[in-house]
Amino acid sequence: MTRVGIIAVVVAAVAAIAAPFFLKPFGIFLISTWVVLTIAAIGLNLTLGYAGQISLAQGAFVGIGAYTVALLTPLGVPFFAAFFAAGLLCFAIGWVLGYPALRVQHHYLAFVTLAFTTLVFLVLRNEEWLTNGIYGITGTQRPILFGWKTNGARDFYFLCLGVLGLLSLATWWMLRSPWGRAFVALRENPIRALSLGLDTRLYTLMAFAIGSSLGGLSGALYAPLVQFIEPNSFALGLSFNLLLMVIVGGSGNFFGPFVGALVAVLLPEWLRVTQSYYLIIYAAAIMVMMAFCPSGLLGLAERASRALDGRRAVTKTSVPTEGAGP
Amino acid sequence: MASFIQLLVSGLATGAIYALIAVGFTLLWQTSQTINFAQGEFVMLPAFFVLAAMNAGAPFWLAALIGIALSIVILGILFKVIIVDPMLKYGVLPLVISTIALSLFLKESAKDFYSSQAQPFPALVPPTDIHIFDAVVSTQSLLVLAIAILTVIALHILLNKTRIGRQMQATAQNPTLARILGIPVQRMVLYTFLLNAVLVAIASILVSPIYLAKFTNGETLGMAAFIAAIIGGFNEVRGAILGGVILGVLDNLSAAYISSQYRGAFPLIILIAVILFRPQGLLGRIEERTV
Repeated sequence: MTRVGIIAVVVAAVAAIAAPFFLKPFGIFLISTWVVLTIAAIGLNLTLGYAGQISLAQGAFVGIGAYTVALLTPLGVPFFAAFFAAGLLCFAIGWVLGYPALRVQHHYLAFVTLAFTTLVFLVLRNEEWLTNGIYGITGTQRPILFGWKTNGARDFYFLCLGVLGLLSLATWWMLRSPWGRAFVALRENPIRALSLGLDTRLYTLMAFAIGSSLGGLSGALYAPLVQFIEPNSFALGLSFNLLLMVIVGGSGNFFGPFVGALVAVLLPEWLRVTQSYYLIIYAAAIMVMMAFCPSGLLGLAERASRALDGRRAVTKTSVPTEGAGP
Repeated sequence: MASFIQLLVSGLATGAIYALIAVGFTLLWQTSQTINFAQGEFVMLPAFFVLAAMNAGAPFWLAALIGIALSIVILGILFKVIIVDPMLKYGVLPLVISTIALSLFLKESAKDFYSSQAQPFPALVPPTDIHIFDAVVSTQSLLVLAIAILTVIALHILLNKTRIGRQMQATAQNPTLARILGIPVQRMVLYTFLLNAVLVAIASILVSPIYLAKFTNGETLGMAAFIAAIIGGFNEVRGAILGGVILGVLDNLSAAYISSQYRGAFPLIILIAVILFRPQGLLGRIEERTV
């Protein structure tokens, strides 16, 4: 990472910690949503940005995670046990789902995950004995961590932020390990990776399953955050939204999901004036961005800073030539 | 038995519409590697063109023609020139994202600029029923089936019997070789976009009297087209037709005989089964992987 990058990350972290002290409850709710969605988007970024596969099931995994926690905690299961159960369950489902789809090249995972999201929605809506159907589940308790009650909006925000911090560190470490570098090799040139002896299918499957489990963990925080979950929240719309978050931020860029989720959470609030035209503007902006800068906002920022650096480099080299002149 | 025949006929009618949408979808994929995630919205939109033309005072037949013409310009030419052409150099993935954004754009535009309510759409024939043996079959289903079959036959003749059609097929199968043989590849690619626009417009006019014109129609129709294309074989026009018909019939039969709550689930289960056991589709060829 460059020095500017490190400074930017530190500033962002300080801002994230300081923000809830300056915000009204609704503002705290918004940034908590940002934290929770970022976790899901980090997971999707593994699948999309690093393994190069489109998944339209991330919203469904968020739903599975949310329902796991909402159903287990009233039975007396401690929150953190339910939290990890959500992650494990989504990992397992992701594995089973990705296995057939990744046998075939091209974009079959996109279609299979699209189908899967619809299936999950149907199950959540129809199996009323389990999920209470369209009436949803209310009142998921927020956890108590070593005596720290996270009932308050600010406390729960810090809990989510802590989880996000830990999960990003874990992902960062994984991507730096030889294992994670294989993901990148996979995206850059799958056939070369294959000929170097990497089991590309296994790694793609791993990236997808780990990405899915992050979706589940995100959902496990979502249920106690909103305290009302119903099937429609996890329909195809959420999966599309998460996909666009990763793209807008910059897919394959570690910090892309953070930026993309922030845009997706804040933009609708800022564009309130445009009322219902908001989604039209958002969709049009994404199409324009894909045409001119498919590497997302961070790609744009990188390009800008490289252009600046380039100019600086030119002026630096031009100084001695002037001095060496007549 | 009587109800079985009714279900079969209406299933065939829906399946024929799915087939038209799926054919357009596979044509785009074959000639320009475009996976059009907005295909469902492409079917939703022409119905609104027709309604808008009728609101302006045009009779139905003229409005339908205007709808098809607008569809050719907007969903054919403009789609290719504005969205697909600038994106192709980045590969398949960004284009997929762009068409996902496009589907959102079209859906929200139809909602905001026309109406969020389902609009009644004029039927092609007055809704009467015909009695065949014991079964009651609606004339509408029969007409839909007839028009869809005629369209498919016309498409077949165009693709296989005419010079342009064979040039389009050559472009789809091997663009480099087609160019060497002197086929204007770019123009052929444009023709497939126009063809897709005509197919979705026809499908839209056929399907809207049944489902009503609603901005959310594209979700189910687009999904049906993907699934039909995969069941039949992504790289075969005949496969897409077969896939569409199978899907329409199974959808209707399973909703009646197994579970209507899980109506939406059966096509998805078939999809997963096909991907598991016959990933190239029922009629598809296995594509060579290229470096």
